[in-house]
Amino acid sequence: MSIRQAMLALLEQGPMYGYQLRSEFEQRTGETWPLNIGQVYTTLARLERDGLVEVVTDAESGDSGDGDRAHVSYRATPAGLEEVAAWFATPVPRTQPPRDELAIKLAIAVTLPGVDVAAIIQRQRSATISAMQDYTRLKRTGRAANPDAPADLAWSLVLDSLVFDAEAEVRWLDHCEARLRRAASEKARVRPSVDAPAPSSQEVVR
Amino acid sequence: MNAVLNLQSVSRVHGEGVTEVHALRSVSFRAHPGELVAVMGPSGSGKSTLLTLAGGLDEPTSGSVWVEGTDLASLDLAGRARMRRTSIGYVFQAYNLIPALTAAENVSLPLDLVGQRARAARALAMHALEEVGIADLADRFPDEMSGGQQQRIAIARAVVGERRLILADEPTGALDTDTGEDVLRLIRARCDAGAAGVLVTHEARHAAWADRVVFLRDGVIVDEHGADEPDTLLETSGSTR
Ligand SMILES: Nc1ncnc2c1ncn2[C@@H]1O[C@H](COP(=O)(O)OP(=O)(O)OP(=O)(O)O)[C@@H](O)[C@H]1O
Ligand SMILES: [Mg+2]
Repeated sequence: MSIRQAMLALLEQGPMYGYQLRSEFEQRTGETWPLNIGQVYTTLARLERDGLVEVVTDAESGDSGDGDRAHVSYRATPAGLEEVAAWFATPVPRTQPPRDELAIKLAIAVTLPGVDVAAIIQRQRSATISAMQDYTRLKRTGRAANPDAPADLAWSLVLDSLVFDAEAEVRWLDHCEARLRRAASEKARVRPSVDAPAPSSQEVVR
Repeated sequence: MNAVLNLQSVSRVHGEGVTEVHALRSVSFRAHPGELVAVMGPSGSGKSTLLTLAGGLDEPTSGSVWVEGTDLASLDLAGRARMRRTSIGYVFQAYNLIPALTAAENVSLPLDLVGQRARAARALAMHALEEVGIADLADRFPDEMSGGQQQRIAIARAVVGERRLILADEPTGALDTDTGEDVLRLIRARCDAGAAGVLVTHEARHAAWADRVVFLRDGVIVDEHGADEPDTLLETSGSTR
């Protein structure tokens, strides 16, 4: 899972406390994928179990890490760093498309008589463009507008990713609409010859 | 608030009889100071027609077009040409640069035509070229530039000086996504400074820079959202259902 690799990768910068990791993550991704602190510690515990991170004892105080977790920092082990390198070197798999409610909704809607598919498409397009306007507003105001720090640039790129994703959806909706319109007009042209008893040859030519 | 652009029940019919095309059917539309409005719709839905009418480059078959409180029909040709040079910045879908003029001359042309001093006009043109990131190409001719560079010249020409109304027809067509975004940022900045803008685009990513998005289908406004003015919403809801 990506949170696990993302946290591990952040530890390349040096040892960090759990809440520090969370804040580094959110600086780059905004509130897009909020991390709760419990999730951070669970993930760290698993990474530690797998030998990918290790506990750094605080100021050599002899703290073994079993005490107050807020005061324990973690660093990536050599195996952990290898895993990070492998993560960056491997494309994110696209084999299993995530379940897409919109695609499912339209796939059902086009087969049901009496459903106004055009209206569904327009409502969705309007809602999606609204969301894109919100992302774009965040992009042109706030810290993404003039990204000085690398984390601000990262955040603006995450916003771009949301915009491009939404755009792909709108383009697909445009495409569906155009295809449905074409199908409807072809059906309208074909129907007379289906309903009429036997079209004369002239009619067919016409 | 007074609209910079106000289209009242505008229709445009091309041709007659069997070849008749209703490019726009009774469209009402406004753009206010500080507002950027995007117009979206499939090819042939009437987007460019709406823009050419708004820019006084074509006349409606019926209805009226008002720019800054003036009914364009009340102006003679010279008056309309003056209005286009002083108040309206227009980015064409094809860039329409003048081949015999350099980039800087193309940009300063509207200023020269209204009698700006040559040096002042050149300075304003250089500033506009800087804003679109190609000041170094100021002395090149259009046929010595790439499509994207020509497009940016066309944009500089549309925003040079103090235009109150910016009309842009697919202004980012030939640009990569990053440069395209710079252009939107520039148009947006002009609107934030008080101009009204109309942006024709079929890309949702670009429409997202607008305050309001209007959808055209077969010459009719079928939907509109983000409207901050209740009256504009009422005007168009009549044609919605
Ligand atoms: N001079 C003309 N004579 C006849 N028909 C025209 C003329 N100009 C435009 N049309 C028609 O009017 C309709 C609207 O055209 P318009 O150029 O406004 O479309 P558009 O939405 O800008 O399309 P695109 O996305 O392809 O640029 C189209 O059906 C077009 O064929
Ligand atoms: Mg057009």
